[in-house]
Amino acid sequence: MSYLTLSMTLIFVLIPIVLSKMFRLELEKDVLIATVRSIIQLLAVGYVLAFVFDTEKWLYMFLMVVLMIVAATHNAMRKGIAIKGIVWKLVVTFLAVEVLTQGILIGFGITPATAQYIIPISGMVIGNSMVLSILFLNRFTSEIESHRYEVELILSLAGTPKQAIHRQLISSIKASTIPTIEKQKTIGLVQLPGMMGGQIIAGADPVQAVMFQLLVLFLILTTALVTSIMIGFLSYPTLFNRRMQMIGALSGEKD
Amino acid sequence: MSVDESGAIRFDHVDYSTDGTHILKDITGYFPNGKITTLIGPSGAGKTTLFRLCNGLVSPDAGNIYVQGKAIDRYDPVVLRRTVGLALQQAPMIRGTVKKNLALPLTLQGETMSDEQAKELLNMVGLDEQFLYRDSKGLSGGQQQKLSIARTLVNQPAILLLDEITSSLDQVSQHDIETLIKQINQTYETTIVWITHNLQQAIDIGDYAWVLIDGKVAESGESSLLHHPENRSVQQFVKGEIE
Repeated sequence: MSYLTLSMTLIFVLIPIVLSKMFRLELEKDVLIATVRSIIQLLAVGYVLAFVFDTEKWLYMFLMVVLMIVAATHNAMRKGIAIKGIVWKLVVTFLAVEVLTQGILIGFGITPATAQYIIPISGMVIGNSMVLSILFLNRFTSEIESHRYEVELILSLAGTPKQAIHRQLISSIKASTIPTIEKQKTIGLVQLPGMMGGQIIAGADPVQAVMFQLLVLFLILTTALVTSIMIGFLSYPTLFNRRMQMIGALSGEKD
Repeated sequence: MSVDESGAIRFDHVDYSTDGTHILKDITGYFPNGKITTLIGPSGAGKTTLFRLCNGLVSPDAGNIYVQGKAIDRYDPVVLRRTVGLALQQAPMIRGTVKKNLALPLTLQGETMSDEQAKELLNMVGLDEQFLYRDSKGLSGGQQQKLSIARTLVNQPAILLLDEITSSLDQVSQHDIETLIKQINQTYETTIVWITHNLQQAIDIGDYAWVLIDGKVAESGESSLLHHPENRSVQQFVKGEIE
């Protein structure tokens, strides 16, 4: 696609602006900001990727992955602010998911160890892990807040913190991963995944595109489960002290 | 009080605050061993917090608490909570049947409860055996309260803390529970501490009474003190002038 044809796509930006004006939705400013930001961010990423692919240096690949983890942590941490040490818990989870998935892909020779594969796949894996951790943390904190009496009941009856929080933990893991699993059940029937669509448009063999899409789907399945379980099991112990008392913002008590 | 002053639970200048609110102030005294002590006082006086401290759900900011002569922070929390049983005012239920709720203390220890044991406990608190496999959420407030008491008894605690357990019961059930608690106290020599809003109940069932007002022990002693309290705030509370 040339820059001229790309500029033609701005018609799709004009349509919402016109509609917003017509119906006085006052969305013009947001649409413009979103458009400008997406152009700058994506073009910048495009040039950075082109540079990294050309140089094939591990250091740049590593820095790209670090950047992704930092951005994902920054986004997800707000949802887990009530959990002590949430930043390092998220970093450890994203790192673990990245090492696990890339380890299997490269270790089994499924994808080559080149920037062209490592960076986009890392983006998908860490991005998905970020969404899953946000979903999990959202659910987990609200489960504890609404079932605090149940947690205290189990503690008061001489249960351990793990026993006290078990139901909330498992139900939050399930609730956060169900959308991923459900989405995969209808994939291809309701929607064609973005990556596959992009590859087909770019002229790739549709069967090859489907095979790569399957790889991504399976990766995301692993990412979803590993993320929720890791964040969950790293988070719950910090909600209690060594006297098996609930502490922190979720306890309804002081630290 | 002319009893063993080591007490089942003894407080030594205990302070507790949360969210910047000073809830318990310089609590000193004891709950006598093997007796029924009632804990009364206006709402927000810190009665429930005192129970939460005794069960180890929270720790004091200052001062010491001794359970059966041993400092509370020297206890393994699991052993402490089996020794000091707590029946919560809200009688919270876990999802599932009456049996699942009743067996919870054993389940937490990796043990199971037979139907016979469960039925025996239901009978003890005056609940119909047929409730055993019913959904606990379907029980009335009073029935849940009875179930909560039975569940606390499963751990066979030496000290039993009861937080307004009869407030949602009718007169007959209230009387049954009072009889049951007295029976437990006499048969097993279990120390009972009972938070109640009902002054007459405190006089009828309690050997001793503590009156907590604004986070402080305003007066304590034999239950008869409630007839003629010396403390001005307690006099007002007894007359119903403070709620």
